[in-house]
Amino acid sequence: MLDKVQPLRMLDQDPKTIPLDQIDVSQAELYEHDAQWGFFERLRKEDPIHFFDHHEYGRTWAVSRFDDIAYVEKNHEIFSSEPTITIADPPPDIPFQSFIQRDPPEHDSQRAAVQPVVAPMNLAKLEALIRQRVGVILDGLPVGETFNWVDEVSINLTTQMLATLFDFPFEERHKLTYWSDATTGAPDVSGGDFITIEERNKALAECGEYFVRLWHERANGPPGNDLISMLAHSEKTRDMINKPMEYLGNILLLIIGGNDTTRNSLTGGVLALNQFPGEYDKLRKDLSLIPSMVSEIIRWQTPILGMTRRTKQDTELFGKQIKKGDKVVMWYISGNRDEDVIKGDPNKFIIDRESVRHHLSFGFGIHRCMGNRLAEMQIRVAWEEIMKRFRQVEVVGPEVRAPSNIIRGYRELPVQVHPL
Amino acid sequence: MTKVTFVEANGTEHDVDARNNRSLMQAAVQNGVPGIDADCGGQCLCATCHVILDEQWYSKLGTPDADEEQMLAPTPERSPTSRLSCQIQVTDELEGIKVILPEFQM
Ligand code: HEM
Ligand code: FES
Repeated sequence: MLDKVQPLRMLDQDPKTIPLDQIDVSQAELYEHDAQWGFFERLRKEDPIHFFDHHEYGRTWAVSRFDDIAYVEKNHEIFSSEPTITIADPPPDIPFQSFIQRDPPEHDSQRAAVQPVVAPMNLAKLEALIRQRVGVILDGLPVGETFNWVDEVSINLTTQMLATLFDFPFEERHKLTYWSDATTGAPDVSGGDFITIEERNKALAECGEYFVRLWHERANGPPGNDLISMLAHSEKTRDMINKPMEYLGNILLLIIGGNDTTRNSLTGGVLALNQFPGEYDKLRKDLSLIPSMVSEIIRWQTPILGMTRRTKQDTELFGKQIKKGDKVVMWYISGNRDEDVIKGDPNKFIIDRESVRHHLSFGFGIHRCMGNRLAEMQIRVAWEEIMKRFRQVEVVGPEVRAPSNIIRGYRELPVQVHPL
Repeated sequence: MTKVTFVEANGTEHDVDARNNRSLMQAAVQNGVPGIDADCGGQCLCATCHVILDEQWYSKLGTPDADEEQMLAPTPERSPTSRLSCQIQVTDELEGIKVILPEFQM
């Protein structure tokens, strides 16, 4: 096979003048430098279903408009989530499977089994505990010092929330975050640099052993409210342990789903309010805007850049001929800035935006985020508690972002907190 | 215009004059009835416009199609007479319909 030509480095290109057919929005460093906007603006206008034959990923289509993304979501019989939902093909040595990467009917039945864990009645039970843990973290912040919001608040908080969800041994909770980062941060999955492939494989093996042990502990104990106990005791899922790869895949899905996304929303909100101080004023005057602000944070941040589908049969997509096997990437990050749908300047952060919930960050259709209410609750509670304590969380230095073509995330956000 | 009554989970009733040939979801949203989020804007892609009908109205309207059924299936308060309100057109025939809202949306 002939070696394919490496694409141009997008960071060195001017999005206004680069020939259309050279645009490659799958480069992880684009997002590390928040340099994607111009390329997507151009694509939405000039080539909304954009073809690129990638030396590593193969034939890919970038879908950049809101409504076109919704169309792909809807037509899941043609645009499949199997074998996976990343642009990169699944690494051959990861045996875990979960319903995010299955089509119906397996998707539907597995999701139905796990869904009760995030049922609203369960969330109500969790809220008080989460609020209390948020309070402890915020009360411990060093007033008058510069610190990294990502480590001290966002990661700390999401890790505790995950531990709560699984009733995971609290002193070992950092393992959850590590396993999540290990799964999404390796070069072969997301173009990331968090971890090497060997380290990743070791981490996943450890994660597997750990959760199998927890299952047996919970199965032999009385039923509890945590996720593993619910799976081990519910009639529908009680035998899941006999398919360990399915069990672990679904556990890992919940860890990852609830980790990066919420973490980066918690950081993104601080950044957004600092970039739009008028909105911060609005919030201080009217705390009842918090739920609406939560949706706007999730839109503005778009914690998952995009999800990929693989085409099951030759088809046409708004005039473009898509071939069987082609990858179709739904770039939520672009659709969420589509001026035809998000009215009133989509690039602005507006906490009382009209139709604020109408965004793509949770996806649409049968794979729409299962944890959306949990995520919203966590971010809402965090802001309710922040506003009780601080007049301002002030950003005092540049943010550092992570390279990835899946997750739009931060590594550092230097801040100081100013008490009321 | 067609008279529609939305009933919140706590029993609060909202009588609205719904425009014909729009969806029940739109009738609720445009009249400020709380409890319908309609995140996807009416495309049968989010299931946050879930409502419950009584049996008579349910059978009068016909069963949900396959797409709607698939989105309805995981909703937390799914009942045998559940529908997605964005998939129901308001017509004269709906005069007087009672539409019950679940406590939570997906
Ligand atoms: C702001 C936070 C979050 C964002 C932006 C987000 C985003 C998404 C997106 C875009 C999808 C669709 C995937 C696809 O279509 O291929 C998804 C699916 C999923 N999310 Fe989330 N998520 C968030 C929080 C959470 C949390 C807290 C959980 C934990 C329970 C979670 C669990 C899941 C699961 C299990 C799926 C798979 C659903 C399926 O395939 O049917 N998410 N999420
Ligand atoms: S509004 Fe989204 S399914 Fe009805």
